[in-house]
Amino acid sequence: MSDIVEKTLTALPGLFLQNQPGGGPAAAKASFSSRLGSLVRGITALTSKHEEEKLIQQELSSLKATVSAPTTTLKMMKECMVRLIYCEMLGYDASFGYIHAIKLAQQGNLLEKRVGYLAVSLFLHESHELLLLLVNTVVKDLQSTNLVEVCMALTVVSQIFPREMIPAVLPLIEDKLQHSKEIIRRKAVLALYKFHLIAPNQVQHIHIKFRKALCDRDVGVMAASLHIYLRMIKENSSGYKDLTGSFVTILKQVVGGKLPVDFNYHILLQVLQKYILLLYLTMILTISAIFIFLSLAILFECVHTVYSIYPKSELLEKAAKCIGKFVLSPKINLKYLGLKALTYVIQQDPTLALQHQMTIIECLDHPDPIIKRETLELLYRITNAQNVTVIVQKMLEYLHQSKEEYVIVNLVGKIADVLVLNTVDTYAPDNAWFIQTMNAVFSVGGDVMHPDIPNNFLRLLAEGFDDETEDQQLRLYAVQSYLTLLDMENVIYPQRFLQVMSWVLGEYSYLLDKETPAEVIAKLYRLLMNDSVSSETKTWLIAAVTKLTPQAHSSDTVERLIHEFTISLDTCMRQHAFELKHLHENVELMKSLLPVDRSCEDLAVDASLSFLDGFVAEGLSQGAAPYKPHHQRQEEKLSQEKVLNFEPYGLSFSSSGFTGRQSPAGISLGSDISGNSAETGLKETNSLKLEGIKKLWGKEGYLPKKESKTGDESGALPIPQESIMENVDQAITKKDQSQVLTQSKEEKEKQLLASSLFVGLGSESTVNLLGKADTVSHKFRRKSKVKEAKSGETTSTHNMTCSSFSSLSNVAYEDDYYLNTLHDRGDKELKTFSLNSELLDSESLTELPLVEKFSNCSLSTPSLFADNSMEIFHPPKSTAASVAKESSLASSFLEETTEYIHSNAMEICNNETISVSSYKIWKDDCLLMVWSVTNKSGLELKSANLEIFPAENFKVTEQPGCCLPVTEAESTRSFQYSVQIEKPFTEEILSGFISYHMMDTHSAQLEFSVNLSLLDFIRPLKISSEDFGKLWLSFANDVKQNVKMSESQAALPSALKTLQQKLRLHIIEIIGNEGLLACQLLPSIPCLLHCRVYADVLALWFRSSCSTLPDYLLYQCQKVMEGS
Amino acid sequence: MSLGNIRQGKLRLQKWYLATSDKERKKMVRELMQVVLARKPKMCSFLEWRDLKVVYKRYASLYFCCAIEGQDNELITLELIHRYVELLDKYFGSVCELDIIFNFEKAYFILDEFLMGGDVQDTSKKSVLKAIEQADLLQEEDESPRSVLEEMGLA
Repeated sequence: MSDIVEKTLTALPGLFLQNQPGGGPAAAKASFSSRLGSLVRGITALTSKHEEEKLIQQELSSLKATVSAPTTTLKMMKECMVRLIYCEMLGYDASFGYIHAIKLAQQGNLLEKRVGYLAVSLFLHESHELLLLLVNTVVKDLQSTNLVEVCMALTVVSQIFPREMIPAVLPLIEDKLQHSKEIIRRKAVLALYKFHLIAPNQVQHIHIKFRKALCDRDVGVMAASLHIYLRMIKENSSGYKDLTGSFVTILKQVVGGKLPVDFNYHILLQVLQKYILLLYLTMILTISAIFIFLSLAILFECVHTVYSIYPKSELLEKAAKCIGKFVLSPKINLKYLGLKALTYVIQQDPTLALQHQMTIIECLDHPDPIIKRETLELLYRITNAQNVTVIVQKMLEYLHQSKEEYVIVNLVGKIADVLVLNTVDTYAPDNAWFIQTMNAVFSVGGDVMHPDIPNNFLRLLAEGFDDETEDQQLRLYAVQSYLTLLDMENVIYPQRFLQVMSWVLGEYSYLLDKETPAEVIAKLYRLLMNDSVSSETKTWLIAAVTKLTPQAHSSDTVERLIHEFTISLDTCMRQHAFELKHLHENVELMKSLLPVDRSCEDLAVDASLSFLDGFVAEGLSQGAAPYKPHHQRQEEKLSQEKVLNFEPYGLSFSSSGFTGRQSPAGISLGSDISGNSAETGLKETNSLKLEGIKKLWGKEGYLPKKESKTGDESGALPIPQESIMENVDQAITKKDQSQVLTQSKEEKEKQLLASSLFVGLGSESTVNLLGKADTVSHKFRRKSKVKEAKSGETTSTHNMTCSSFSSLSNVAYEDDYYLNTLHDRGDKELKTFSLNSELLDSESLTELPLVEKFSNCSLSTPSLFADNSMEIFHPPKSTAASVAKESSLASSFLEETTEYIHSNAMEICNNETISVSSYKIWKDDCLLMVWSVTNKSGLELKSANLEIFPAENFKVTEQPGCCLPVTEAESTRSFQYSVQIEKPFTEEILSGFISYHMMDTHSAQLEFSVNLSLLDFIRPLKISSEDFGKLWLSFANDVKQNVKMSESQAALPSALKTLQQKLRLHIIEIIGNEGLLACQLLPSIPCLLHCRVYADVLALWFRSSCSTLPDYLLYQCQKVMEGS
Repeated sequence: MSLGNIRQGKLRLQKWYLATSDKERKKMVRELMQVVLARKPKMCSFLEWRDLKVVYKRYASLYFCCAIEGQDNELITLELIHRYVELLDKYFGSVCELDIIFNFEKAYFILDEFLMGGDVQDTSKKSVLKAIEQADLLQEEDESPRSVLEEMGLA
């Protein structure tokens, strides 16, 4: 360090000498740099941080005086600004100069303006209030004829600009898209991109102009527009399919060398990821390197792309070769990327990991912790039952070394994931190891770990696995190990760990034969008295003591504890102590209340608190006021406050309260919300299952539990883990064999490690070769709760079964899908196991056709599944019966729906056997989508089934009658789905597919998509002017905009009529040149519109309870008004 | 995303492309400096830091660091850093640390011309330099008559 400082110092005089000669502007420059220079030199000469602080404070106070003095010229101001930037960069507060920076940008000439803008963009951030002062300057500069000024304005706009002020500059920037200079066009495109990022709906109307930018003759402009497209395609990939052609053309030009070489391929490739462009990818993969980093970066993206698109063996082979190049590279950066690429592909193609196993082992001991971490990440992905011990051990080693909190959280999460969170299986080989590892995780991870981890661990313990005796042993072991841990003196455990311990001890201490509950209580008591234990943990502890008390016949400790804590300052603890005290007096009640080993049973909780009805009725009869929920009270308060109002309608309305506000069309906001809250309350109580404290309340007050444990579990889920590992790579085996003979001892150790790490991935022979045939049986397998799920009692177990089921059926589905395309058997098998449980949601569980397909597929690939207990997945017989009933219902339903307005049927897709057409029915309460499938062939279709892909913005629910098992020849069937909007949008695509089986069990599927617009969900809202006035005041979100009207609709009535017809708004009243309209977004989000006409301008003013709805509606209005 | 030059514990340039509070900025800079300076020369140029990735490269006595998000490509970022250094080199004519210290506003201008709002504005070195030169030229034209006038006024 010191020699560099020295060099700097010696170089300084030379630098100033260089600047000295030359008159005129250079002299001015010299004086400027000497001032900054003296500051810099001063700082460099100082030795301590303290002195530096003093100097800077001095400098800042002199600057403060200078900038606020009226005599300071702009030129001096500019120079002060530069020094201010410097001080701010060193970490000192220079906020007094912010306003002057804005002033400088406003008043200065070009150079000063440039510095001013720079200072502003460095000092302020997007939401800074001073930015509003800059808007005017930016607008002025955008209109300037000077190119440089426009450039500066555009640059600052794209860096920091307040979101609310975008409309002020938007038209100006739009104009710049047609500017003759490409640099201006480029900057304008990027500025608009920035706007798209911060406020997407404000730039919706100029999407068409982006297309023009994409076809711009200048490469830079085109490249800039790619940023926008990358973003938009990520949001909605199917909407831009038509642009694929253009992207390919660009790519071709790049590859063909027609465009400059330093063009950014990278973005383009990300765009292409969405589409399947094998040919061009092949081309790119073979590109020779010109710029070494750039081309390698592109190569990396290519590999990523190859693995994320539809797999093609030829490409996969090339990609694998590339990854090999990365991994084997001596350059450390490339090695890192190689490991990263391996992490991506490992689940699809584990043979690749086998090829590079020695490199991976080397990386595991790499001096660079980053490489080590990446390697662990890779190993985490290939963890299976056989290598879990080694991998977890490696992870723990790393964990002990690292100090950074983020790393710990991350790694602990991964270990826990391997051990606990796994939905199907935990990989842990035996009890002792499992508990010890978890102990290590808890004590290292401590309080920073994700709260799910202890919860899931406890759930695992409570719900157990297949085997009841095995479970008991596990619990016993846990209890024993915790007791020994607690016996150790002077060790402080993390709070979370103590909480886990106290829960386990409270629940499962009864399993101990040596120690009595009283002894356990004594230990817990000791902890309770410890000062280092947090109050949250203390409540866990006292809950555990409460649970143990009925088992301990008489205990002094409990008495002491009650005595101690009934006078505690912590109210929570005091309450627990009192509860314990009263329960302790009635041992029988306590025993029934806190039974042994009942933690996983569900309680029926009466969320409506109906058992209190009597009490409430009594209270009401004695004249008490009825209870009103919090939000209702608040609203009433609000409406009372608004007796004095200045609203513009001159409508008089009473402040009579809430009931008067309900409109005929049913904006029953209050009741809706309270209904919802009751529902969510119910949900919450269902999901709160594993908290340390039991639920004590039910319909009959204290709840004595009924004996309803389903002791026998009807068949476990067979997950044939072993069959995954049949992926034999003979070449590797042979190579290994030859290597074994010549290896040094060290090498052998590494090999041993490798074999233990990659044991699950390679063939059996690879393992045997090194004498480590590790055949661990799966003791830990989640017991399936099929029986409970069938009766539909619990939500959590239901989900669990769903996920395991869907993973299986997904296997079947994917298998089917890839059957024809993949030749490599190993590849196929592993691919099918890349479980994607999201593909099928839980609703499909009971659908008959899917299950049929599933069993069909299981026949075709017998090697993958042990065929026992498949019948679990057949739906209950009642489903079949109800399906038949529902089908007759469906036909009558169709007739009924014709009463509503509906769109014309439109064919959306077809093939030689079926054709699908769809139409929308705008019902009062929802949008009903009807797809009718016509069977054109002469054959009978089996189990035609329609699936809708889940979409972000809306919820699609199936109407009855969707899964008829059979469609006869040349007939038509309809599927009805009701669509509810969840979040406002302008236009979205609803897509899905039809799958069907022909007679000869040949199955096929057909994809389709339908456009949905916001207008499909808008319904008129019929309310009175008076209600309008009231609602208007209660809504906080408003948007105002002036729209120019075309000649044909210059009068208010005609304009409103257009809105009524096109947007389904309801006209409430027209008063002079003002009009009131209202509508609602389904299910019940009202939006009010106030219009006023001046000459040919229509002033629109929206208000709604939803923050985004006005924006979207305004956009639609603009479209309608300008379009007609 | 931010880009800064860190020399042995002193910050030379910093640029933030995400709104961050001053306190947070200071904390991040301090932490980042510690992490990066602790790296040994043969270690790789990428760091996982908090939920970000840091790509850094050392040129003489300066470290150039750039924090990117998880899905961004590290090599591209490395290339970006290199390109920025090349630009500085071309503009100043074999750039050294002192150039950046004493003309840091120029370095900022070049950065603004190269990256805009956190995204690459122009990949071509030529056009970036052309834009900078144009701006400088206009500025001098704008400036020189005024300074002459001022001199006359002074005289």
